Amino acid sequence: MADVLKKVPVREQDPKVRATNFDEVCLGYNKEEAIEEATRCLHCKNAKCVQGCPVNINIPEFIAELKEGKIEEAYKVISQSSALPAICGRVCPQESQCEGKCIRGIKGEPVSIGKLERFTADWARENGIKPPAPETRNGRKVAVIGSGPSGLTCAGDLAKYGYDVTIFEALHEPGGVLVYGIPEFRLPKLDVVAKEVENVKSLGVKIETNVIIGKSVTIDELMDEEGFEAVFIGSGAGLPMFMGIPGETAKGVFSANEYLTRNNLMKAFRDDYDTPIVHGKKVAVVGGGNVAMDAARTALRLGAEVHIVYRRSEAELPARAEEVHHAKEEGIIFDLLTNPKEILVDENDNVAGIRCIRMELGEPDASGRRRPVEIPGSEFDIAVDTVIMSLGTSPNPLISSTTIGLDTNRRKCIIADEETGQTSKNGVFAGGDAVTGAATVILAMGAGKAAAKGIHEFLSAK
Amino acid sequence: MYRILKAGQLAGNIYEMVVEAPRVAKRCLPGQFVIVKMDEVGERIPLTICDYDREAGTITIVFQPVGASTEKFTQLRTGDAFRDFVGPLGQPSDLCLESELEETKKKKILFVAGGVGTAPVYPQVKWLHEHGVAADVIVGAKTKDLVILEDKFKAVSGNLYITTDDGSYGRSGMVTKVIDDLLTNEGKSYDHCVAIGPMIMMKFCCLTTKKYNLKTIVSMNPIMVDGTGMCGACRVMVGDEVKFACVDGPEFDGHLIDFDAAMRRQAMYKTEEGRKLLELREGRTHHGGCGNCGGDK
Ligand SMILES: Cc1cc2nc3c(=O)[nH]c(=O)nc-3n(C[C@H](O)[C@H](O)[C@H](O)COP(=O)(O)OP(=O)(O)OC[C@H]3O[C@@H](n4cnc5c(N)ncnc54)[C@H](O)[C@@H]3O)c2cc1C
Ligand SMILES: Cc1cc2nc3c(=O)[nH]c(=O)nc-3n(C[C@H](O)[C@H](O)[C@H](O)COP(=O)(O)OP(=O)(O)OC[C@H]3O[C@@H](n4cnc5c(N)ncnc54)[C@H](O)[C@@H]3O)c2cc1C
Ligand code: SF4
Ligand code: FES
Repeated sequence: MADVLKKVPVREQDPKVRATNFDEVCLGYNKEEAIEEATRCLHCKNAKCVQGCPVNINIPEFIAELKEGKIEEAYKVISQSSALPAICGRVCPQESQCEGKCIRGIKGEPVSIGKLERFTADWARENGIKPPAPETRNGRKVAVIGSGPSGLTCAGDLAKYGYDVTIFEALHEPGGVLVYGIPEFRLPKLDVVAKEVENVKSLGVKIETNVIIGKSVTIDELMDEEGFEAVFIGSGAGLPMFMGIPGETAKGVFSANEYLTRNNLMKAFRDDYDTPIVHGKKVAVVGGGNVAMDAARTALRLGAEVHIVYRRSEAELPARAEEVHHAKEEGIIFDLLTNPKEILVDENDNVAGIRCIRMELGEPDASGRRRPVEIPGSEFDIAVDTVIMSLGTSPNPLISSTTIGLDTNRRKCIIADEETGQTSKNGVFAGGDAVTGAATVILAMGAGKAAAKGIHEFLSAK
Repeated sequence: MYRILKAGQLAGNIYEMVVEAPRVAKRCLPGQFVIVKMDEVGERIPLTICDYDREAGTITIVFQPVGASTEKFTQLRTGDAFRDFVGPLGQPSDLCLESELEETKKKKILFVAGGVGTAPVYPQVKWLHEHGVAADVIVGAKTKDLVILEDKFKAVSGNLYITTDDGSYGRSGMVTKVIDDLLTNEGKSYDHCVAIGPMIMMKFCCLTTKKYNLKTIVSMNPIMVDGTGMCGACRVMVGDEVKFACVDGPEFDGHLIDFDAAMRRQAMYKTEEGRKLLELREGRTHHGGCGNCGGDK
């Protein structure tokens, strides 16, 4: 009998093997494993996990269906609250959400809720189960800007309410960060993301790629000339930040966004695609979030020795626990409590190294995390040929600067009501990273859902 | 898909295409650019808008094959299509804004166009002509056969000066020599200069105009990926500020640009791209041994 205090182990590609390919790392549960794990759930009356879930999936209920082997029923329970379960099961930070609250976790390991969600969604997809198509259509036009998780969710829900929805996407492929940011080895593009996009389309949603709102057409034109009665902005937080240290424009310094976009959206890792990517031999990735882990593990797979350079300690790493664990298994070197001061270059302006300083943790700062402070005189150099900056992102001003009457805050985020998504401009709603700054897939999805309801109420009252 | 309504050659290795892209054609202004992706596996290639027809909903692009992707473009014919075509991107030229027209009318303007850069200069001169401003234009090419768009320029320019490096047509010498001649020997004076062409030509134009304290705008063409401000690949140093050419540019004050740094960045993918180009030209027959492409490694 398995140890009931422990999760049923999930099968993964061997670290040595996966370090050289872009196939998915985690292989997920099969039916037997999923049912076994489901039996670990205590079906708490006052389930804490549900409170930890940003969209309040009825977790004990879906797990109960699963335990009975009724996977389609389990899928229906999840679908009531989440539009993208195959994605969330893979990328949500479960350890700080549902699983972080699970009663089982007090003594032993929590129920592996994320892996159960993933199994349920994958099973539904493989068995051709689709969300039911809307019964009525009212023909009223709504525009959705951006095809990331917030836009896809908002569009899907609006279509279910009966609206005629068009998504406008700036890039040539829909999916937002799910296609250009998160790598194939964590989130398969063809099997998972493209299928979720297909599901949204099967509800009658149209997707027009290669349209940059604010450049190709403005929100005011969409509403005044193209007949859209409401607009949802889900344009994400796509502007990379740099540190402003010497050497940052040298050859071999990239933003994580550029590096990941080349690899994921443009598929530079495949020989049959035209876009090039620099295959560094020794790479430093600056930062400690999911984006940094993704960039580091991509560089590793392209053949590099990779260092994560992060100014706080391991406990503060903002990345998902599973990603840090995987990165370590694959051989990524963590240089913690270390901060870059300068990027060193050779006579041709190629990156030659990175000068760092050691840090220690001082008093807590406004975020509650202990503030890193430099240890004087502790500078040292790491020899690298590539530096990837992964310091966070901020929203793109293209839309806010071209839309009359759309208010933003100090951080350039669009101001929107949390309950309805309503912005300062009549008929215009917003949600996801464009409103919150860089956050998570599930929060973006939740915001898209709330805004769809907000738009429905707004248009019903009109 | 974005249909190619006309594909042709302007000169030796300079290609012109008219592409159906109504959304772009409706809003674009001179100085802006598009990003073009030929097929599923293609790169995103930035190209300046060289003309537009709002009624027909078309955009004209002009390009020179310099690498694997632009080489692939040359295989396209009338009736074919690009998979992706997005724009208009970047800021319009400061000279081509209705709101600035009164100011612009007071200026004496000189355009300096080099090589394939001649094409993106055309819509600016045309726009000014249509708004009652006659600008002088210097067009430079290596040799007679590579002079492009002469008739079109004649119709919209004030004075048109054509020069060839080898003296086979028009004046003789590089565009910088013409600038010197006009300003020192021919009694011309200008308040504003726009230089567009290869990076090296823009660099020397700026060194020349600096001597005369003539403000000079250049159009930067760094490596780009998304063209929406998302990746930072296109960053250029303008003075001591980092700018993203795709959203802040592509036109900048040339006297503030560090051209040497910009040219080094542009060559970043030289070896990786060189490999792709050889593969394309020589197909599977190329398995290394040339010592250049590293195909044997
Ligand atoms: C590398 C990386 C790894 C991550 N890992 C995780 C993870 O493991 N777990 C997790 O929960 N979260 C993760 N995140 C964060 C998560 O992906 C985002 O919070 C989420 O995608 C935000 O969704 P969104 O819909 O708001 O915006 P996005 O996904 O950013 O989508 C916005 C879309 O809008 C388009 N757009 C922008 N401007 C315009 C315009 N003017 N006109 C038309 N279209 C426009 C963009 O091209 C894009 O497609 C990660 C992010 C990155 C970058
Ligand atoms: C805003 C903008 C507007 C542009 N407008 C035009 C245009 O209207 N017409 C046009 O032909 N090109 C234009 N370019 C340049 C064009 O995008 C590049 O030539 C193209 O990306 C090269 O792609 P490739 O794969 O064919 O060549 P690559 O393989 O990327 O390049 C091959 C080699 O050519 C060099 N190279 C790259 N670009 C240039 C260049 N512009 N001039 C000289 N050498 C270069 C590279 O350093 C490299 O060594 C523009 C670029 C930008 C950023
Ligand atoms: S808290 Fe844990 S044990 Fe309780 S219902 Fe949720 S998953 Fe099951
Ligand atoms: S091309 Fe990506 S930011 Fe300019």
